[in-house]
Amino acid sequence: MFDLQGYGWMLWDGLQMTLLVGLCSLVLAILMGLIGAWGKLSENRVARAAAATYTTVIRGIPELLLLLIIFYGTPTLIQGIAEDLGYDIIVDFNPFIAGVLTIGFIYGAFATEVFRGAFIAVPPGQMEAARAIGMSSVLAFRRVMLPQIWRFALPGLGNIWMVLIKATALISVIQLEELMRKSFIAMGATKLPFTFFFTAALMYLAITVISMLGQQRIERWANRGIRRA
Amino acid sequence: MRKLSLAVAAVAAIGVLATSALAADMQKVRIGTEGAYPPFNYIDSDGKLVGFDIDIAKALCVAAKFDCEFVVQDWDGIIPGLIAKKYDAIIASMSITEERKEKVDFTGKYYSTPAKFVGAKSMKVDIPEGTDAGNKALAGKAIGVQRATIHENFLRDNFPDADIKVYATQDEANLDLANGRLDLVMADSMALKEGLLNTEDGKDFEFKGPDYNEPKWHGLGAGIAIRKGEDALRESLDKAIATIRADGTYQKINDKYFDFDVYGK
Amino acid sequence: MDFQIIVDSFPKLLEGMALTIEITGLALIMGFALAVPLALLRLSPNPLVWPPVYAFVLFFRGTPLLVQIFLVYYGAGQFRPLLQEYGLWAYFREAYFCAVLTLTLNTAAYTTEIFRGAIQAVPHGEVEAARACGMSGWLLNRRIVLPKALRLALPAYSNEVVFLFQSTSLVSIITLMDLTGVARVIVARSFDVYEIYITAGLMYLAVTYGILGIFRQVEFRLSGHTRERPDGDATADPLKPFG
Repeated sequence: MFDLQGYGWMLWDGLQMTLLVGLCSLVLAILMGLIGAWGKLSENRVARAAAATYTTVIRGIPELLLLLIIFYGTPTLIQGIAEDLGYDIIVDFNPFIAGVLTIGFIYGAFATEVFRGAFIAVPPGQMEAARAIGMSSVLAFRRVMLPQIWRFALPGLGNIWMVLIKATALISVIQLEELMRKSFIAMGATKLPFTFFFTAALMYLAITVISMLGQQRIERWANRGIRRA
Repeated sequence: MRKLSLAVAAVAAIGVLATSALAADMQKVRIGTEGAYPPFNYIDSDGKLVGFDIDIAKALCVAAKFDCEFVVQDWDGIIPGLIAKKYDAIIASMSITEERKEKVDFTGKYYSTPAKFVGAKSMKVDIPEGTDAGNKALAGKAIGVQRATIHENFLRDNFPDADIKVYATQDEANLDLANGRLDLVMADSMALKEGLLNTEDGKDFEFKGPDYNEPKWHGLGAGIAIRKGEDALRESLDKAIATIRADGTYQKINDKYFDFDVYGK
Repeated sequence: MDFQIIVDSFPKLLEGMALTIEITGLALIMGFALAVPLALLRLSPNPLVWPPVYAFVLFFRGTPLLVQIFLVYYGAGQFRPLLQEYGLWAYFREAYFCAVLTLTLNTAAYTTEIFRGAIQAVPHGEVEAARACGMSGWLLNRRIVLPKALRLALPAYSNEVVFLFQSTSLVSIITLMDLTGVARVIVARSFDVYEIYITAGLMYLAVTYGILGIFRQVEFRLSGHTRERPDGDATADPLKPFG
């Protein structure tokens, strides 16, 4: 049953692409999450409203539909606006960039909640104390907040990574040649759908299991010196 | 790298010598194609884009002195992709229809073949000429068709009583036909012949019913789609089609894939 | 924006939404029915009982739903002679059956994990008290553990319902005409990407927050005994997304 008929290398290529697109999306999601969390906790009403709209909309619409909107809709929209302003520009989304933008954008909304929780979890007295002993707000943020935010955010980010890497399978719908797409091509040629999709499933499962183990180690590392309740 | 190897392949396939010095001042044209529609355009097991459309596209690029690059795009997004400037022309067996003309411009046709049904040899079904009688004969039958094709539109408008199921690629529809989930599939007769009937998986299947070639749905044959208003590009491509028809290049590519004249009347 | 196309296609989109809700509902009911016993089995100390449940949960939570759908829908074709022998092919032949089956197993796995956590979170004292009163086995589960666990699981479960509802959009890939499927068919012909997809998106959004609103109501009702005063806390916004 596991005779991959010479298409094994193709799946291997696909797996690497899946990991690459997943990691790039995670970086974007973390950036979006930090910005989103800043917006949610901001004094500025516009920033708060923007952040709230972002998480509300993203979490209310299926990923597949968002992917279709971003991939097919955004370039036309940007070009339309540019044309109205008198510019002729080409917005070329290759599937990789569109995939990273979509997945990063979607999971940025989830990361927003994670970081918001982490910001709140740091007792405000600590920042006040840091400011009181003369640290600038940037220095206080870097020395006092950041190290603790990471610790509080790590479990949540780990979960986001594991959901996100599975969501990358959707990018196959816009022809990025990642694991899912490669399985599909192999299936088309060999007519052995179960064999290839099951192999792909096991590869995703391996990523999940390795990520779970990695998450435990990182959390242990991040929590070193913290007494357990 | 990919572009380079395609250029090399183009030269090899068509047997025309191109010097690398030419590349510098040639107009760059990106060509969108589907890559899942054998024998017209598909990806072989080496991961290379091949097929009739691809060879024609390469020949046209040589004739028009374009520096061409291929972009693979799934069918249901192929026109939005053109409008979004992901590429400049679609060479993917796209039929020239009135509906599509509202969104894009077309060159003249570069081939034309009728649409047909395919079903299992063991299945007894009599599909009479004419769509009204055909609709009655096929009421309740599960018919697979590729999303966003002229065949989908034709079926929806003329066979409303059939159970129409749409797929992202023709391959998936063929797979479900082989699996017995579908009674029939409808597509271009050549695509079905080469992509299904002439393959190992197609041995239990055959054409059913008449040829369909209604200009309202099936259009005026397959042409090259470009964005509206880009007349210079359209004229160059039309001229290139005439050139390869005249100099025998078209015939050579035709004979590589088919044993009859695919250009049609 | 072309509003006419939205008006014209709205009835079709509504039909799609009906199928989306139907599939979600079926998968939820059956997934829930599977998840309760599975969660209890998952917590069994018997080494022949919990590992298979653990493997089931790990597989369905650790792989993309898209792979699972393809595995069931196209994968079944590879075993067609076998399935025909047992008379099962008649079911697997239908995309609808494959979709509901996959979504049921998927949500059952996630829900099992949610219930497992909730059962473990039931205060040990309550279980001890029940045992002291002479309850054990099924009676203990039925009267004490499960009611408490289900209440504890409600917030996480409401998120799972929303995820499942949105995940049903994937069934459009295996030919079903759910909301996303209908939207894709309309876009394929009219090319009005924004008008249609954004309308469909807003429909998903409305139902998502409708579901969440219902769950907030249920949570509110069920937590009556933990609230201080009936008109007490005004800060709890029942529609506030995801806490």
